Amino acid sequence: MTTVRDAGTTEGVIDSPRKNVVEARDLARDYAFGRERVHALRGVTFDIEEGDYVAIVGPSGCGKSTLLNLLGAIDQPTAGSVTIGGRNVGQMRDREATAFRLRNIGFVFQRFYLMSTLSATENVQLPMAEAGAKSDDRAARARELLAYVGLADRQRHRPSELSGGEQQRVAIARSLANHPAILLADEPTGELDAKTGADIIRLFGRLNADGTTLIVVTHDEELAGAARRRIHMRDGLLVDA
Amino acid sequence: MRITLAWAALRRHGTRTLLAVLGVAVAAAMLLDMVMMATGMRESFRELLLSRGFQVRLAPKGTLPFDTDATIENASGIVRTLRSNPAIIVISPVLGATIHVPRGDRIVTSATLGVEPVVQGDYELLSGSDPIAANAIAVNDEFLKATGTAIGDTIEVATGYDPQLRTFGRSQQMIITGRVRFIYGAVDQLATAMRLSTLQKMGGVASSDDASLFMLKVRGGSDIETARRWIERAIPNVTVISTATALAQVDERLSYFRQLAVILGTVSLFVGFLLVTTLVTVSVNERVGEIAVMRALGVSKAHIVQQIVFEAVVISVVGAAGGLGLGLVTARYLNGILSSFPGLPRAIDFFLFQPHSAWTALGLLTVSGIAAGIYPSFRAASLPIATTLRQEAIA
Repeated sequence: MTTVRDAGTTEGVIDSPRKNVVEARDLARDYAFGRERVHALRGVTFDIEEGDYVAIVGPSGCGKSTLLNLLGAIDQPTAGSVTIGGRNVGQMRDREATAFRLRNIGFVFQRFYLMSTLSATENVQLPMAEAGAKSDDRAARARELLAYVGLADRQRHRPSELSGGEQQRVAIARSLANHPAILLADEPTGELDAKTGADIIRLFGRLNADGTTLIVVTHDEELAGAARRRIHMRDGLLVDA
Repeated sequence: MRITLAWAALRRHGTRTLLAVLGVAVAAAMLLDMVMMATGMRESFRELLLSRGFQVRLAPKGTLPFDTDATIENASGIVRTLRSNPAIIVISPVLGATIHVPRGDRIVTSATLGVEPVVQGDYELLSGSDPIAANAIAVNDEFLKATGTAIGDTIEVATGYDPQLRTFGRSQQMIITGRVRFIYGAVDQLATAMRLSTLQKMGGVASSDDASLFMLKVRGGSDIETARRWIERAIPNVTVISTATALAQVDERLSYFRQLAVILGTVSLFVGFLLVTTLVTVSVNERVGEIAVMRALGVSKAHIVQQIVFEAVVISVVGAAGGLGLGLVTARYLNGILSSFPGLPRAIDFFLFQPHSAWTALGLLTVSGIAAGIYPSFRAASLPIATTLRQEAIA
């Protein structure tokens, strides 16, 4: 069976699995718009266990994506802390956060964001190359992951030669390249039709069943319904976790 | 992977990249030409001075060789003095004058050099023989063409032409024995050479023991500057010029030329730099989303910088390589124009190609390419990831 998550021992990888893979405490994030301060997150506290499948839902502008950015260590909180695998990612300097993301976080975006000039296999290999994996190992892992997402026969295709659903599956394969501790997805079905979206939902279900911890921000009721747990947000606060 | 991405980024807008490369090639060609010009004349002059192995020249006090009509008196005495120094192994006195050759109803005027044919360093014999005999004369192709003569012909050679009386001071019949090329001759200049003693006797100058110039060879292993200083002390009525001092004087005279070349070269380099910076900045602006995603996936800032600097360097180096060929073609064309300036020695090149000129231009452009990539690469590397992704999503 394809391994989408294993316990590696390379630099930056979480060494000892914990029960709670994510711990957010009083997490707040403000943005300055001119002289005005916008409170995107107003003190959010929750835990996510390893192997969980969480959907963060709520109306537009409630702070879902801000929360996902903080969990993904691509933004820093104004107050509070977010711990992933025992490491406070909110306190990390850029270099440390970059290395942490590379080895522990997988990202899937609404607009796929594949490198348009690279083939599917090259897109999947990109994070592995950055992590210093050997060329043969990268190619083998990319083949394995593309086969896992059902694109074994589309490895040499460029994004422009793939459908939206196929592109999103390549993006999912890319997010799994370095065996991340958690996979974060921001509206992964937002640009897909219902049938293709359903394929992605099934793929997420399979990923979770195979041991991947999934955190999904979505407006899609079907996707949210497929998750084991929902976190409801409104005005920067958790309404129901 | 970084090289793959950089290459792909350049190919994505192939026409735009090609135009930028052509722009850099034009800037590189100009830069190469300016580097060639900055050093070319000096180097060409040095090669010219050393072409026949003479390292020291004696000119009338306060002048450069053939800079004026002034002559050095007591040439035979000077030769004797110079021979007393064992470091000086060859002495070649030269007297410059003007001769007139009547051809039908017209008179052809030509420069002439009185030389010692065995040790002379002013011309190369192309055919025939040196003017060894007292009535022999060697001439260049321009002279043959202007007079309609050939080797073996006898011509009347006159000196001391008085334009008011239309008379000559002295004339004699001479036989053209050789066809020569004058090393220091200007383009299209009519020139001849005869024995020094013949020209002195013809009264081309006031005294029959004058010379315009002495060219000397110094024994290998002897210090040229020591010999120069000895001559200055022994013969105070001459200016003694070694190749080094001549080059220093040339440097002084060419300083404005060199400054111009440096300024134009710097402008070319700056234009190339701005072109590459602009192109790469535009390219980065077009893919901020991609770059933010790469950062989100864990690609380090250093690798983003490397990728973008690599793009800038590729444009610069490929442009520079193209500019090398273009620069050589334009230099050849410009050299043809400038070398036809009247009075300049034919052998002087304004644009002299030397490998170090090409390496200098290539090196400067590579450094410029790296510098051109620094601003857009740091801009790309410092993009706020979350904000950029949000803005991209809104866009």
